Amino acid sequence: LPQAKYKERGTVLAEDQLAQMSKQLDMFKTNLEEFASKHKQEIRKNPEFRVQFQDMCATIGVDPLASGKGFWSEMLGVGDFYYELGVQIIEVCLALKHRNGGLIMLEELHQQVLKGRGKFAQDVSQDDLLRAIKKLKVLGNGFGIIPVGGTYLIQSVPAELNMDHTVVLQLAEKKGYVTVSEIRSSLKWEMERAKQVLEHLLKEGMAWLDTQAEGEPQYWLPALFTELYSQEITPEEAEAAIP
Amino acid sequence: LELGETLVIQQRGVRLCDGEEKVKFDSGVLLLSTHRLIWRDQKNHECCIAVPLSQIVFIEEQAAGIGKSAKIVVHLHPASSNKEPGPFQSSKYSYIKLSFKEHGQIEFYRRLSEEIIQRRWENMPAGQTIQVNKDPQARRIRAVGIVGIERKLEEKRKETDKNISEAFEDLSKLMEKAKEMVELSKSIANKIKEKQGDITEDETIRFKSYLLSMGIANPVTRETHGSGTHYHMQLAKQLAGILQTPLEERGGIMSLTEVYCLVNRARGLELLSPEDLVNACKMLESLKLPLRLRIFDSGVMVIELQSHNEEEMVASALETVSEKGSLTADEFAKLVGMSVLLAKERLLLAEKMGHLCRDDSVEGLRFYPNLFLTQS
Repeated sequence: LPQAKYKERGTVLAEDQLAQMSKQLDMFKTNLEEFASKHKQEIRKNPEFRVQFQDMCATIGVDPLASGKGFWSEMLGVGDFYYELGVQIIEVCLALKHRNGGLIMLEELHQQVLKGRGKFAQDVSQDDLLRAIKKLKVLGNGFGIIPVGGTYLIQSVPAELNMDHTVVLQLAEKKGYVTVSEIRSSLKWEMERAKQVLEHLLKEGMAWLDTQAEGEPQYWLPALFTELYSQEITPEEAEAAIP
Repeated sequence: LELGETLVIQQRGVRLCDGEEKVKFDSGVLLLSTHRLIWRDQKNHECCIAVPLSQIVFIEEQAAGIGKSAKIVVHLHPASSNKEPGPFQSSKYSYIKLSFKEHGQIEFYRRLSEEIIQRRWENMPAGQTIQVNKDPQARRIRAVGIVGIERKLEEKRKETDKNISEAFEDLSKLMEKAKEMVELSKSIANKIKEKQGDITEDETIRFKSYLLSMGIANPVTRETHGSGTHYHMQLAKQLAGILQTPLEERGGIMSLTEVYCLVNRARGLELLSPEDLVNACKMLESLKLPLRLRIFDSGVMVIELQSHNEEEMVASALETVSEKGSLTADEFAKLVGMSVLLAKERLLLAEKMGHLCRDDSVEGLRFYPNLFLTQS
């Protein structure tokens, strides 16, 4: 009997708190509506403000992009902005996959996405792209972000890229290509290890082999060819992008 | 335009040059009013330059040439000392050139000439009129190319800065309140843990939906927030309706990424977050809907029709590969009309089931029928 009473009391406590949370939620919603009525445009138009907003949310443990049904998304419209960006990122990556094996520099992705959005669309920053990509990962599509030379390579295929592969990509970033000797001298690896990594990148279509190069063969990464930036996506490629 | 000032004509695609030198004002709309000549940047509408017509000494036409647009040259009086500051302190030219990249200079020249002759601004005082020092022996004659310019750009920038600080302040206050919500949710979650399952299902669902609204991760399970809410159940049912036909058109299977794009493109507004989609799909099977979520070993996630049997498809894949001797994922995808991603998964599954063997070389990953199995 005492145990039953204890349980009963426990139930009441949770119910009280839930009721309190419900009330506070309503109040918060009102506050957010007020904020939105004054500053919604600021979020839409100002990439720096968006960064501040996102950082603050992260600090307090809130994810404004978790759900389209969340208050943040519904009232500030941040959701639609990032989810649509996600679609555009997927399309660009699909269109260019056959060229670069599913690796693309953040800068190139940025340029292509901006082009696709047209002249009158809202400004989109690289920070925006990174946040959208982080959200896309949950779809199990292999999206990943690889730091290289002060910026990032974006992976969009479910290929396994471990630390060894990443470090070789970082090495290749400076010139767009890398050789076995460079890997061995910079990273102090044995021949076998260097070759394995390069072969994996070749198999995945992320690297091309230039056997005609002077000296030893060069492994080029299309994702890093700066000359190919802002090359138009052809109509055939665009078609391939829409499943 | 000021009170009493009337628009006479406007023309887009006009470049403004300081004398012979090109400056940054290369694409804009040129407006002629009864009082002023105004140039506004086509890309940045806040960048706006104006010249009172009273400052114009005379104008001339310059015909177009090969690779050159027709121009109007506007000769100006020196600036008076009480002129408002503009983007240029001084210039070695006393004229500006207007380059009509999209034509329209003939009509514009005619109207501009008319306005200069009629001097309507003298009859209709409007806004500020700048006094012209017509004395050529004036003490400080500064030849300026662009005169009487209004500094709207600077004003606009100051206003924007003020808006941002206010926004940050309001944002900080809002975040304080959001933080309270997070603390409260943690406290409730602790209570739930203490009770160890004595909380009703209804209360759990309510709590989860509150978390969903705020974007707070479920403190109890730490799993993707909001799974199991009414919203996701409804969404799952909607998806079953929306995806039936597209799935049938694509051989009964689609990657979750394809679904995300398809659904969001169709919605246009109030888009689904990736997590919304995943959480809804996780409920498909328990809700006994005709679709299901499947996760391959590689981590690739797909939606299949319940009627779809990937293992059966493997049998036909084996036939296709056997016919051709061997196939890569790319080749197979093209043959069958599938996405490369799903083609690869099917071949990998066939390999897992022992029907295919791989040949993994730098040329790519190629699949062969597993003769070890069939011919032993």
